[in-house]
Amino acid sequence: MLYREAGQFRTSYAQDSQIFPLRQDRVGIAILLIAAVMLPFVANSYWLSAILIPWLVLSLVALGQNILMGYAGQLSLGSAGFMAVGAFACYNLILRIDGIPFVVAVALSGVCAALVGIVFGLPSLRIRGLYLAVATLASQFFIVWALDKFGWFKNYDPAGVITAQPIVMFGHNFATPREKYWVVLAIVAVLALLAKNMARGSVGRGWMAVRDMDVAAEVMGFSLLRTKLQAFAISSFYCGVGGALFAFAYLQTVEPSAFGIDLSFRILFMVIIGGLGTIMGSFLGAGFILLMPIFLNIFFHSAFGKSVDATITSALEQVIFGVMIIMFLIFEPLGLARLWQLTKERLRLWPFKH
Amino acid sequence: MPDFWFFLEVLVGGLLSGTMYALVALGFVLIYKASSVFNFAQGAMVFFAVLSFVGFMELGLPFWAALPVTVGLMILVGMGTERFVLRPLVNQSEDTLLMATIGLAFVIEGVAQLAWGVDVRRLDLGIRDEPINWVMDKTGMLVSQLDVTAALVAGIMVAALALLFSHTKVGRGLRAVADDHAAALSIGIPLKHIWMLVWATAGVVALVAGMLWGARSGVQFALVWVALKALPVLIIGGFTSVPGVILAGLIVGAIEKIGEVFIGPYVGGGIEGWSPYMLAVLFLLIRPEGLFGEKIIRRV
Repeated sequence: MLYREAGQFRTSYAQDSQIFPLRQDRVGIAILLIAAVMLPFVANSYWLSAILIPWLVLSLVALGQNILMGYAGQLSLGSAGFMAVGAFACYNLILRIDGIPFVVAVALSGVCAALVGIVFGLPSLRIRGLYLAVATLASQFFIVWALDKFGWFKNYDPAGVITAQPIVMFGHNFATPREKYWVVLAIVAVLALLAKNMARGSVGRGWMAVRDMDVAAEVMGFSLLRTKLQAFAISSFYCGVGGALFAFAYLQTVEPSAFGIDLSFRILFMVIIGGLGTIMGSFLGAGFILLMPIFLNIFFHSAFGKSVDATITSALEQVIFGVMIIMFLIFEPLGLARLWQLTKERLRLWPFKH
Repeated sequence: MPDFWFFLEVLVGGLLSGTMYALVALGFVLIYKASSVFNFAQGAMVFFAVLSFVGFMELGLPFWAALPVTVGLMILVGMGTERFVLRPLVNQSEDTLLMATIGLAFVIEGVAQLAWGVDVRRLDLGIRDEPINWVMDKTGMLVSQLDVTAALVAGIMVAALALLFSHTKVGRGLRAVADDHAAALSIGIPLKHIWMLVWATAGVVALVAGMLWGARSGVQFALVWVALKALPVLIIGGFTSVPGVILAGLIVGAIEKIGEVFIGPYVGGGIEGWSPYMLAVLFLLIRPEGLFGEKIIRRV
């Protein structure tokens, strides 16, 4: 009853190509944004720093992975490696350039990650699918190794774990979780909007053409070199920005071991569970993968008390993750985003049957 | 000429550990050939198999009893995988199947740890990881007994599988299924049985590989990462070729060791972790189908 397009006419091209053609969607997004901005006034700092900030950051990374995997169809297992590039680039930029605003440093670290992404995306021109997955695995191992081995990246810090510098912009130090959350929210919102527009524009159509059939796309005039490397670059940019935020706003430390292959897998799972080739899915998937272990923990503690061994819960968590992945692939390959779409379809008719 | 012997020692050590990579990679090839599934869970299966084996021995089963019990268990795992993961996903793209096996890997790793705990176990096969005396006396090279045994076992496994593929009815069925599922099905080859058989065989191969690795470096979670090393072996050898994988295993083993010993010191060591992958990527750029893989032809 509430959610329907009846009576909303599009009378110009500009209206037809709106990002949210439905009034209800626009209102919904506006409410969501306002709610997200106001949230710190309600949520305590545990919620902000342990759940909301990582959720937003990981959504951004999942978005990057989704651009590469869901839109451009290039299977990648190395997203955590690009995150590491972003994190270390940000650390070095702030360290070596005096008074650089945090946002500029983050953007530049995204650019660094994009450059690295282009280099490691080169094999994708010759190989696809499984072979590419292995090639990206190479980048994952190589990047983490290189960041660990060459002291320059860590400013010859002997401890191995570096404390991230404070987030400083326009002479203000964003130190509290609330302020950090706003910084992250602003960056993620802008980049998500950008991704949405790229995905529905000519860039995204190029990616999807390559995903669906690269030979056919090439015949139609898409340059494979350009399209694929573009996807790699933009995806790595998102991962790099995400990595910088992950290290500076969430972990507060910069260390290579935080960006291991486990994280890559978790990001892959976010995209699969959230929904391949959707912007929405990246957010849903990231939330799901992030929150599920927390809920499981709470559940175990309330069910069995404190006696449960941490190794058992983590093993159980692993099993549940694996089962979920398989279930989603079998029953809902398009992920949580598809469920949301189905709900919307239902809503359009509700409360009538047809 | 001590330098020459040292080089040879490193080379032989690399080649021998390469046979073990090849053994792990063999499990991948078996499944890929028969069902075009790239089984990411092979590493988890290696871990699960040998952990169960050690677990059964700890429960008091003697060696000769624990072995068939574990083989039985791995066959069950293989059958379960076929029934609950692959059959519902039949006709999906290779990427989807790969992701499903990543999920499967998580399940198997989790179950293994739930069932047997996370402690590092020791596995004693009665073969010691010590240099063979007469080789050392003759040439001054340190060649481990365990490595040689492992290489022999790997060789026997490969030979047995090659015979199975080429000389038995089952093997013919396997090859038919590998060529074309639909055609094989239409002439009455029982696809489900074949797939179960392949997964069970892969499970047994995983057990053997796991026992050899476990005897050398302890039965622990890190075995999963050892299996990841089999990926570059596969790439170089080609996904569908048994001899290719053997050769690639040797190449990767040798280059990894030689690189670590002779190039590693210049860049701070630890390049073992990624040098096989880089080798594989370079190889892909020149020859995407691997050493003996089938040429990839893409049609619109």
